[in-house]
Amino acid sequence: MSYLRLLWIFLRIGVMNELAYRANFWVQLLQSLVSMGVALAGLAVIFSHTEELGGWQPAELVALLGVFFLMSGLIGALVQPSMQRFMEDVRQGTLDFTLTKPEDSQVLVSISEVRVWKFLDVVQGAALIGWALAEIGLQTGFMHAASFAITLVAGAAIVYSFWLVLATFSFWFIKAENILVIFQAVYSAGKYPVAIYPRWLKMAMTFLVPVAFAVTVPSEALLGRLSTEVFWGALVMAVVMVVGARVFWLWGVRHYSGASA
Amino acid sequence: MTGLFDIYTTLFRTDLAVQFQYRAAMVIWLIGRVIEALVFLSVWTAVAESQGGQVGGFSAGDFAAYYIIMMMMGHLTFTWFMYEFEFRVRSGSFSPLLLQPLHPIHRDIAMNISYKLLTLVVMLPTMFLMVGLFDPTFNTPTWAVWAAVPVVLLAFLMRFFVEWALALVALWTTRTEAANQVYFAALLFFSGQMAPLALMPEWVQSLSALLPFRWMLAFPTELLLGRLEPEEVLQGLAAQVIWLGLAWGMMGLVWSRGVRRYSAVGS
Repeated sequence: MSYLRLLWIFLRIGVMNELAYRANFWVQLLQSLVSMGVALAGLAVIFSHTEELGGWQPAELVALLGVFFLMSGLIGALVQPSMQRFMEDVRQGTLDFTLTKPEDSQVLVSISEVRVWKFLDVVQGAALIGWALAEIGLQTGFMHAASFAITLVAGAAIVYSFWLVLATFSFWFIKAENILVIFQAVYSAGKYPVAIYPRWLKMAMTFLVPVAFAVTVPSEALLGRLSTEVFWGALVMAVVMVVGARVFWLWGVRHYSGASA
Repeated sequence: MTGLFDIYTTLFRTDLAVQFQYRAAMVIWLIGRVIEALVFLSVWTAVAESQGGQVGGFSAGDFAAYYIIMMMMGHLTFTWFMYEFEFRVRSGSFSPLLLQPLHPIHRDIAMNISYKLLTLVVMLPTMFLMVGLFDPTFNTPTWAVWAAVPVVLLAFLMRFFVEWALALVALWTTRTEAANQVYFAALLFFSGQMAPLALMPEWVQSLSALLPFRWMLAFPTELLLGRLEPEEVLQGLAAQVIWLGLAWGMMGLVWSRGVRRYSAVGS
């Protein structure tokens, strides 16, 4: 219960921080709209030459794009800012202030910063999903919706754990944030169905940078084309990643001796 | 003139030494460029396959050749100043540059070229690896290879001046992020990155002839694919020279006004 309260407090601080810079809202709105426009125009160009891409219809790819924006909004609002702040704290030695607090260090680090305006991407993604579903005229039954929600949570947990593992590396390597550039590059490939990529890139997008679990799997669940094995596979992967990241974090903290020591 | 030559030799030496320090980071940045090319290549290969092997005169092998060359053109011509100038102004590191008896653009040109020389050590093997993996079809005549020398050089210079001039907007406002995004969106569609211009709608094609982006990327790429006639190459060269002149003039204008306007953050 106290974690929820902490989360609420940090969320409120984040909101108050950002409300001081209200113009950022318009800048972020413009940026979100431009990136959505670019992605949709790209799809328009592709589908002026074909009826389907890797077995996906146009409206289905719009749904995929919606999930993509939804997930990148969540990452951009909650995960990435906290992790970047954490890496900066390790470098500057200010992490000690966090570690000495009488709460779980992983929780404190993970909620330390919130970029509220990034939630615009979440809204935009949800709108795209709604529009695509209306276009397809799919009868989204309870089972679909439930498996979408579950795989979305699993995907978010996998991405969060992935970031936490990368960030934990900064206990040993100060320049670890360069690895995050790889994340951005591979993640952007998730705008299109994983099926069209060469085998090795497909593997990299499934296991190295888990964009397949974050975007493709929830989209398939939403459209009712997810196989039972992949559904359970995503759940197992999520549990493994969350536990693994936790263990690695605790191990990292135990070996951390402060920036100046 | 010998003065400038000496300056550049020294700049190259120091820049190469500095950037060699960050070689791991450099390789990581290149991964993004390769993956971007791979994404478009995979998309269009899938489209070609669903259309029975060809779309708009491009087979899977043609797309492979197109995006491998496009990747190299993107690498040779790109600059990062539209991102960096905002940081320079905000952090104050722009001020020392102004104190030196040398136009800051010389430093940036030297740094950009030395970065590219160093990274070619990685990019060239990557290119050959992709040629091996994707089986591209090249029909490049010999004259096109020679013509590519001035074309690529002009493409680099015009893109450099256009982006350097736009980067100077940071002297007026330090929130250039959204404007940059719009620029790169236009670049994506009008330069042939998203798709070869022949596959774009009619109006994009005619508009792209009037904008600078096509002459930065699509033109050298199509030349090296052997898709252009000699007359088209001459027209393209003319367009590049015109844009280079315009960008140069614009840069001079923006620079003289911007520097007058600039009053160091924190002063």
